[in-house]
Amino acid sequence: MLTLTLEQQSWAHRVPVGRKLLVLFGATLFLFPVVSLPILLGCLGVVTILYLSVGLVALKAGLSMARPIVLVCAIILGYHLFIGQLLAGIGITLKILAMVGFANFVTMTSRLSDMMEVTIWMLSPFERFGANTRAVAMAFALVMRFTPVLIHKGSALTEAWRARSAARAKWHVTIPLVLLALDDAENVAEALRARGGMGQNGDTPWNET
Amino acid sequence: MERNLVYIALFAALIAALGLLPKITLGSGIPITAQSLGIMLCGTILGAKRGALAVLLFLGLVAIGLPLLAGGRGGLASFASPWAGFLFGFPVAAFVTGLVVEKWRGGNMALVAGVGAIIGGIVVLYLIALAYYMVMTGTPLMGAVTTVALPFIPGDLIKAVLAALITQAIWKARPNAVLSRA
Repeated sequence: MLTLTLEQQSWAHRVPVGRKLLVLFGATLFLFPVVSLPILLGCLGVVTILYLSVGLVALKAGLSMARPIVLVCAIILGYHLFIGQLLAGIGITLKILAMVGFANFVTMTSRLSDMMEVTIWMLSPFERFGANTRAVAMAFALVMRFTPVLIHKGSALTEAWRARSAARAKWHVTIPLVLLALDDAENVAEALRARGGMGQNGDTPWNET
Repeated sequence: MERNLVYIALFAALIAALGLLPKITLGSGIPITAQSLGIMLCGTILGAKRGALAVLLFLGLVAIGLPLLAGGRGGLASFASPWAGFLFGFPVAAFVTGLVVEKWRGGNMALVAGVGAIIGGIVVLYLIALAYYMVMTGTPLMGAVTTVALPFIPGDLIKAVLAALITQAIWKARPNAVLSRA
């Protein structure tokens, strides 16, 4: 499946994901109460330099990933212009751009598998309260496998609709799509059980023999 | 265990698929993205706890960098936008929607699911999204309502009706699969 990670290698790719997430978390907390325009502008500058240190390709990818946020910023600026507080609006916009830019930078330079490892590691303290990290890892894998499957089935349903009707496919195709998902779920659950099931924490049924 | 796990995973995939499929159109030709329809269906079909877990799983995959949000967006930055209150509200919305369907046993399934979707998927979701937007941007209530809520509520009301009709159809076709009533 397509991911948002930048293929090319760089220094930022080699920084451990846990450390990057920690810095991102700290930077977001730091930035949250800031209202001073020069500081916010400086932060945005630092983020831009981060992108450039990886390369022009990174900056270009970052700009295209930030495109949806530009509309949000335009709405915020428009509103603040309307109530006559343009400066406050500019501050908020700079803050959002810096935060979104940095978060995208971390996403772009972290491999999916590393992110997943960190997620499972962060969940591991909850194991004593009954959380099953193996089940979470299995669920992640199932979603990645079945999202394209369901998209494919949804497109097939839409095509079948078009073959029968001159009108465009309407919301009705959602019903068979949900039914297909439910039937897939039953089949996959059955298959998992037949292969020894998920078991409990620390108990690996398929290794017991 | 396996059945619950797979249902949760498949519904997380369904939320993604509904957001990424070409936009479905209503009778009058208004295109809507169906992602929040997926959130409502998680609640009405899976119930409170499993529905919320399916949404959390979906958000987890978005956070680690899969472009699963409507329009192919994703990554950590999705949670940094002032509109991220919608994302943080999604699991709560599914939970409340599911709770309504679980607790209100009598009555027509479409009605129960519709009311659940409106309370959870609209009232609760927008309360969280509005509060988050106001804190993030310092916008007063009226400004937040006009930019965050008003333009989208009509579409979400239509989605609540669709969630009701779809849930009723599933209830008829696969009563055993509607875990909120299991």
